[in-house]
Amino acid sequence: MTQADETDITLTAKDDASEQYLTFIMAEEEYGVDILSVQEIRGWEPTTVIPNSPGHVKGVINLRGTIVPIIDLRQRFGIASLEYGPTTVVIVIKVCVAGEHKVIGIVVDAVSDVFSVHHKDLREAPDFGEETDLTFIKGLANLADKMVILLDIDTLLSSEVLPEAAQLSNIINTIDAESTQAVSA
Amino acid sequence: MKKILAVDDSASMRQMVGFTLKTAGFDVTEACNGDEALTQAKSQEYDLVISDVNMPVMDGITLIRNLRNLPNYKFTPLLMLTTESGSDKKQEGRSAGATGWIVKPFNPDQLLATVNKVLR
Amino acid sequence: MEIDLSQFSQVFFEESLEGLESMESELLKLDIASPDPEAINTIFRAAHSIKGGSGTFGFTQIANYTHLLETLLDEIRDGRREMTSHHQDILLLSVDLLRNMLDAVMHEKSFDDPMLGELEQKFAAELTQPIPQEQTPSEPEAPELTTWQITFKAGADILRYGNDPLLMFNELRQCGELGVELTSQEIPDFTQYDPEACYLAWSLTLTTDQPLARLKEAFEWVEDECDIDYQAQTQESAAPAIEAEEITPTPSQSDSQERTVSQAKPSVVSNKTQDAGSIRVSIEKIDLLINMVGELVITQAMLGQIGQQEEMTPESFITMKQGLEQLASHTRDLQESVMQIRMLPISFAFNRFPRLVRDIGQQLGKQVELILKGEETELDKTVMEKIVDPMVHLVRNSLDHGLETPEVRRQKGKPETGSLTLNAFHQGGNIIIEIIDDGAGLNTQKILDKARAKGLVGSDEELSEEAIHQLIFKPGFSTAETVSDLSGRGVGMDVVLRNIHELNGTIELKSTQDKGSRFTIRLPLTLAILDGQLVRIGRHTYVVPLVAIHESLEVPADHINRLGEEHEVIRLRDEYLPVLKVYEAFHHEADARQIKDGLVMVVDANNDKVGLLVDELLSQQQVVIKSLEDNYNKVAGISGATILGDGTVALIIDIAGLVSLAGINSTQEHAA
Repeated sequence: MTQADETDITLTAKDDASEQYLTFIMAEEEYGVDILSVQEIRGWEPTTVIPNSPGHVKGVINLRGTIVPIIDLRQRFGIASLEYGPTTVVIVIKVCVAGEHKVIGIVVDAVSDVFSVHHKDLREAPDFGEETDLTFIKGLANLADKMVILLDIDTLLSSEVLPEAAQLSNIINTIDAESTQAVSA
Repeated sequence: MKKILAVDDSASMRQMVGFTLKTAGFDVTEACNGDEALTQAKSQEYDLVISDVNMPVMDGITLIRNLRNLPNYKFTPLLMLTTESGSDKKQEGRSAGATGWIVKPFNPDQLLATVNKVLR
Repeated sequence: MEIDLSQFSQVFFEESLEGLESMESELLKLDIASPDPEAINTIFRAAHSIKGGSGTFGFTQIANYTHLLETLLDEIRDGRREMTSHHQDILLLSVDLLRNMLDAVMHEKSFDDPMLGELEQKFAAELTQPIPQEQTPSEPEAPELTTWQITFKAGADILRYGNDPLLMFNELRQCGELGVELTSQEIPDFTQYDPEACYLAWSLTLTTDQPLARLKEAFEWVEDECDIDYQAQTQESAAPAIEAEEITPTPSQSDSQERTVSQAKPSVVSNKTQDAGSIRVSIEKIDLLINMVGELVITQAMLGQIGQQEEMTPESFITMKQGLEQLASHTRDLQESVMQIRMLPISFAFNRFPRLVRDIGQQLGKQVELILKGEETELDKTVMEKIVDPMVHLVRNSLDHGLETPEVRRQKGKPETGSLTLNAFHQGGNIIIEIIDDGAGLNTQKILDKARAKGLVGSDEELSEEAIHQLIFKPGFSTAETVSDLSGRGVGMDVVLRNIHELNGTIELKSTQDKGSRFTIRLPLTLAILDGQLVRIGRHTYVVPLVAIHESLEVPADHINRLGEEHEVIRLRDEYLPVLKVYEAFHHEADARQIKDGLVMVVDANNDKVGLLVDELLSQQQVVIKSLEDNYNKVAGISGATILGDGTVALIIDIAGLVSLAGINSTQEHAA
């Protein structure tokens, strides 16, 4: 647990601070986003395609008179995308990009739960070297024997040039292995 | 709460006068020319009228003359907002029935002091 | 009480700029020989208001300067001075100067234009009375206790002016210790007695450290009607104290004090200004809106009642249908009225031209009569703001290159005074603005020579007159033989054209040599709504601005030619037009991959015609423009989005953007 103690110091200002996260499932992994940034959860609906946009940008929808882009998070992370069906979920998120609020929808497999995460339960994502951009991962949290990847949604969605995170699935596997080790140790 | 009618064709002056007096706890109605003010003054009774002199449609002097002739405004303080160059305006206003004047430029404190002077 | 005056500054700036505008237009209209007193009054009032406001809000420099204007105008207004054209000139220059001064204050910059000093001198030369210097605060007087004996005999009428002696005494009481004694009651006989008159006199004793001027303030408003006498019972120590005070400060000290005071002024001026645009809306328009919302509420209540019913009867079904129809019509009306709020008469834009034409005409030694027509024609505030610069450019251009000097005009047998007309009117959902002059017109040969010299046109290529006129809109084209001070400073007609295209508008030019030119600008009334043609490309629906579409047609295979590997052109009457396959540019699947299989829409792209290949034309409809950039990015070839009747989103095509995306060389080839 020495590693965990060290990260405590770097990550927390106060020990009792906690934040609520909405978690969702994607390719059997659980991710969390700050619940304060979640505007609503909707079912999938057909979008209007934006010409010449990256593949993970599925298009735009009409959200009560506002034009909102929809991003497929699987494709954004380089995971093979699924057929969209009636159970496909879009989480509408309000992000802050360069001081401006933008509303963006993300397509995920399913919404899971709401958790309170104490700062002391947070761990930094392991360093995978310079070629792997992990700035949009806020940290990892161990919750009830499972690991949740907490996303820094502002950074993730604001990246003007969205970097291909193809290696992410590999990274996740590695983290998985590590956390299993940590739990068993 | 004392009721004041503030008349000025300049929106910024009107807002400044209105805001200052409202902040000080007066009930303020704003009008942007003499004609509007006269209609307003007839519809309800004010404890004080503060009016600019140079205004389109009906100027402040005419407004004061008209107000003084209304039974309800026989003894009501009527103040005019003048600039120092209009000293003969003061006389004109006086003969029309103005109680006194506030010389532009003035700051909120000066305005309040003058208003308190006639409403205390 | 602490009141932050800066909160009123924005309103002050706006109304001052409006005041300057009306001042300018009245000055320009003014007949110097017999000026209209009402016009002089309006000009005076503008100066007067700016002076009053700037003084109050701490913009001393502006207040001092407008004082000069006010004084001059007051003398003219009272008939003490005759209006001359020199007055008109310096007043017009003052309008410009004050605009700059306001701008400086708005942006919290200091203002040190030498023009200020020059104009001040000009006013000083005009005015008999000296220019007031910035008031230096008087030295604070040393506190000194004096006992004053004041006798006050009230004028008979003071009550009738709303003055109350009691209030004045209260005022004095603020200054020190006051003793009041009623000395006389000259009450007349009952028959003579006026119950509204004041017959009293008092003797007041006041011990105070305040100066006499402060005491006089209490009686300031009544001093002419009342007998007031002030007697000081000075204490012995008072006299030396005053002398000592006068001697102590050295001149340098008082100097430095004065300087710090005047330096402190700009900090009063500094206040936050946001350039948040605002708009004045007439009460009439607001009332109309409120009425409509009222109607909507009634319709909603009616529909709500039907919704409450357990079962739908045939009668209630009919009522519901009626209700829905009403709802549709009210919503449409409401939308129109909301759009109306942003509409302003084009006179706001036209107003600057009398001045511009006068100044430039003088500068060039040309006589010009400016005719403004359709000033009441309304258009969206944003559109107006963006069309002013292109209009200014076109007007300058007409004055500079179009209209001739009086001699030349005489030689040509034309009246010496040229005419320049600005005309605005509504046509369909558009506003048309025309700029017409009766000048030299375009010299087609000169344009063609120049275009050939610049390589814009091949040396053996023949162009129609109309096509030659279009050349002036090409980038890098300027016809002026000498680059004059006015136009031809690098900003060409291509910029005008681009600005107009950005507004989804078009510009046309008709010109006849020696007869004149006519520029016709066609703009949508608002940037919020667009008349669109819906088109289908595969499973995608796009909106094309209707204003840009010339015609749509099926092209038979024998009218299609291939230019090299990539480009295809079609022959349309005597022209060859490049065709842009929209599905390729957007990387979509489409039914019609070949020109012969689909529909070609001939559209305007930077005043060149281009064909767009689409699968099918759908309906035409008015669409509300929504921004894609609010939540996403700018997309090449797309100007915005809209929501269709079924709630889905359709993207609006930006033709110029699409053409550059596709990399089509849109230079027209003409059939010889």
